[in-house]
Amino acid sequence: MQLNEIQLDLLKEIADITDIPTGAYNIRSDSQSIGRQSSANIDIVPKEGISGIDIFIKPNTKNETVHIPVVITKSGVKEKVYNDFFIGDNADVEIVAGCGIDNCGAHDSQHDGIHRFYVGKNSRVRYAEKHYGSGSGSGKRILNPVTEVYMEDDSYCEMEMVQIKGVDDTCRTTVAELKKGAKLVVRERLMTHDVQQAESVYTVSLNGDGSSADIVSRGVARDDSYQKLDLKIVGNAACKGHTECDSIIMDNGKILAVPALEANNVDASLVHEAAIGKIAGEQLIKLMTLGLTEAEAEEQIINGFLR
Amino acid sequence: MLQIKNLSFAVDDLGQEKEILRNVSLEIPDGKLFVITGPNGGGKSTLAKLIAGIEKPTAGQIIFNGEDITDLSITERAKKGIAFAFQQPVRFKGIQVADLIRLAAGKELTIGEACAYLSQVGLCAKDYIHREVNANLSGGELKRIEIASVLARKSMLTLFDEPEAGIDLWSFNNLIEVFRDQRKEISDRSILIISHQERILNIADEIVVLENGSLKQQGEKNDVLPDLIGTASAVLDCQGNRLPQKEQEC
Repeated sequence: MQLNEIQLDLLKEIADITDIPTGAYNIRSDSQSIGRQSSANIDIVPKEGISGIDIFIKPNTKNETVHIPVVITKSGVKEKVYNDFFIGDNADVEIVAGCGIDNCGAHDSQHDGIHRFYVGKNSRVRYAEKHYGSGSGSGKRILNPVTEVYMEDDSYCEMEMVQIKGVDDTCRTTVAELKKGAKLVVRERLMTHDVQQAESVYTVSLNGDGSSADIVSRGVARDDSYQKLDLKIVGNAACKGHTECDSIIMDNGKILAVPALEANNVDASLVHEAAIGKIAGEQLIKLMTLGLTEAEAEEQIINGFLR
Repeated sequence: MLQIKNLSFAVDDLGQEKEILRNVSLEIPDGKLFVITGPNGGGKSTLAKLIAGIEKPTAGQIIFNGEDITDLSITERAKKGIAFAFQQPVRFKGIQVADLIRLAAGKELTIGEACAYLSQVGLCAKDYIHREVNANLSGGELKRIEIASVLARKSMLTLFDEPEAGIDLWSFNNLIEVFRDQRKEISDRSILIISHQERILNIADEIVVLENGSLKQQGEKNDVLPDLIGTASAVLDCQGNRLPQKEQEC
């Protein structure tokens, strides 16, 4: 597999890949798989009839990784891709996804990735997904990810979902259903700038006793960008849920935070927090007393906030 | 050397000009530890903020090492060697203690080097170095991290605005040691502390008393301190109580 400079730059940004990954992987570029490898415990199979892959992770698979990054380097590419993860019981795996679009042309490029996770009993999954756009073309970089997580008893899933920068338009939809004792932890980070639009909608259903979810979304809206964060937890059992939308607004940015809780069981304990504000002046002053310029201080504060 | 010449600062108070500092002049030579004391509302913190550039004076001049810095920004003054420890430390979501110490030092630090600054303020470094400087830390912990960040600056002039505020007695004893160590380590540099704690006043070379925005008294510690004992300008412990004799001696 030969990767060109643009592909390598995008892969480095979205998945920290500088070489062919170890373990199972599927690297997709401009609507084609340019490299695929299964491992003894993880089987990657292309879907038939539609774009995408099925990833089968055997029960008891421990400390293995799956990389499935996507890059688009041509202007005007539009695709919808279905990736399904079937994670057996008692597994412990790390999944690295992400999509980078470099668009130097006048046509919009778009990747809609639909990821479905079926997490087996007692399994642990750490999932990282980064989105990034680059290129000087007038064509948009559009990403509309759909993430569905179905968690069996006592499973654990930790998801880090980050939009680094350069994504003009995104509609992110995340749905999760948790059975008894399952736990979902989400850390979302969203950066929008220029006239970008981002919408992120979560619906997390805690269906089993002892299930829990901790959903934290941090966003920075700069320039004339717009973000809408719609985080909903539904408590249908004796469960614990927490959502947090925390946003920094800058320039002419606009942010709408819509945290929602729905309790359908008297033993459901649900909390939401939401805060929007500009960078505190005292934070800038503190970093300026350390010798940073105002712009450098601002960058440090944002980088820390979106870490 | 820091020279403050006829410095005044006023704010708008419901359409009326309110003077916070009035015609204050002061000279702080290199290698000296000055403590500014005086009753609350006397203008002590304002003076420190004017020196650091956080506030701009309405009149007067600030000269640092022979250069007029009155119109320089906070950043420019920091780069020229002025450090400022906040009375109320600032919290940051996401920025870790290690980041803050690295930014303060102005260069990449090994974890070991960053930890050394935390150890100086009595924090077990490995427990703190990767923690966020946010509301999960107690006021005392934040205060010590604030002081560690200023130590990492290794500045020509370091301003501490009420360094004892919000810390417990143990930390307070430790703080005195930090200032003593600083004195040994930086013979050509100066320290200016805003405080009315007698034990901090006791380690000063010179004491300045600010009252109602004016310089009321200035002189060597032995000349000034006796007049202040028992007043609001020289209290003895963190809670403002006189300590038993045994503790005064430590």
